[in-house]
Amino acid sequence: MGKFLYRLLLLIAQLVAQFVVIQQAGAEPAAVAKVAAAADLQYALPEIVQAFAAGGEPPPRLSFGSSGVFAHQIANGAPFEIFLSADESYVALVHQGGRAEDAGTPYATGRLALFIARGAPIVGDRDLADLGRAAGDGRLKRLAIANPEHAPYGRAAREALQHLGLWPLLESKLVLGENAAQAAQFVASGNAQAGILPLSLARAPALADKGAFMTLPQSWHAPLRQRMVLLKGAGENARRFYRYLGQGEARAILARHGFGPP
Amino acid sequence: MDWSALWLSLKLAACTTLLLLPLAVLLARPLAWSRFAGKGLVEALVALPLVLPPTVLGFYLLYAIGGNSWLGQSYSALTGRTLVFSFDGLLLASLIFNLPFAVQPIQRGFDAIPRAAREAAWTCGLSPWRTLWRVELPLAWPGLLSAIVLTFAHTLGEFGVVLMVGGNIATETRTVAIAIYDRVQAFDESSAATMSALLVAISFAAIGALHFLTRRIGRHDG
Repeated sequence: MGKFLYRLLLLIAQLVAQFVVIQQAGAEPAAVAKVAAAADLQYALPEIVQAFAAGGEPPPRLSFGSSGVFAHQIANGAPFEIFLSADESYVALVHQGGRAEDAGTPYATGRLALFIARGAPIVGDRDLADLGRAAGDGRLKRLAIANPEHAPYGRAAREALQHLGLWPLLESKLVLGENAAQAAQFVASGNAQAGILPLSLARAPALADKGAFMTLPQSWHAPLRQRMVLLKGAGENARRFYRYLGQGEARAILARHGFGPP
Repeated sequence: MDWSALWLSLKLAACTTLLLLPLAVLLARPLAWSRFAGKGLVEALVALPLVLPPTVLGFYLLYAIGGNSWLGQSYSALTGRTLVFSFDGLLLASLIFNLPFAVQPIQRGFDAIPRAAREAAWTCGLSPWRTLWRVELPLAWPGLLSAIVLTFAHTLGEFGVVLMVGGNIATETRTVAIAIYDRVQAFDESSAATMSALLVAISFAAIGALHFLTRRIGRHDG
């Protein structure tokens, strides 16, 4: 019995060793680019990656989150190769910290949208007057935005509400998403009656049956000049993807998702 | 330094401990002394939050207490407030999340009471209620104390669930753990450092007090 157990253990050890060898042999020949992207690119960027990979390139690996969080992680040495921020300031911060190859390139302009959850009795009118009234009469219990402290779209949403003079009315109704995508999830699930979200998320097919959206004028907030940058130590795959992002096909996909030209 | 966040966390921890303690006693007593069908299942369910990722609990809670759920709707019909994105919602999440931290030490406390002690109480004619108060709880005290300290300290540290169902509302759901995360992401390291140091100090004091008190109790018994 003991002998049998010993043989069985030996066999298992052999199998594990073989498996490890196979795994290592099968590892990616060229390093695959690691991309940190603002959450408003959640739907557009995978499409761009798909188009990029159709040319025979290995598809880069994408991480989504708030630009401020990524800037912080990159400053602390996170091994990303490309950083797509939702504004300029976080790219400048990474650049100043010496982690970027240069000052980066603008790749798109972000737009805001008001998203009203399905069934919420709120009307999206021109100056969002009904949103203000709804906060007063209880139709609006929660308004979702991204956290203005570290998400550019949250900051823009706050600027827009301040511009309209609605901030004092709505401040107590805010729920803050950790990034723009979580803010969108708060509204899409019906837990917040409305949200001020990136247009690129508000018009995404995944949210189409969760409510209705209305694009907000760009004059209500400081422009969301979305900038990307190549980080130090970026590999070949990352460099090619970075170039691809600035070209026609990627631009067209971004435009389809509601981004303005840079 | 976000004092309102620290205050909120302390309030959440205190409320969780106060509400959970009687519940845990009710649950732990039969688990320690009775045999019944499905006892193993109950014990496994109580222990589940120990191994479950907080995000899993957060995911289910978001749907269980959300505005479209039965629970969320009846709650807002009753109170006019929403359960998700509110202190009450966090408290509910916290009660579930701390179940093993409260029940398991108390169960061990009851386990340690010799059967003879309980039988002596019965033969003296004490009612079950008075037996609980005068005999069982004093004897199970080390377990109760561990439960109090662990629940309190663990609630202070809760992060994942709060991030998912809290909505980061100042004075309502922005706990100190969330505030620290926010300050770090906003490159405000000095505030984050102050709050982190305070949390270390509070947690250390709690665990230290637990050790000190249980050792003293041990000496009294011995």
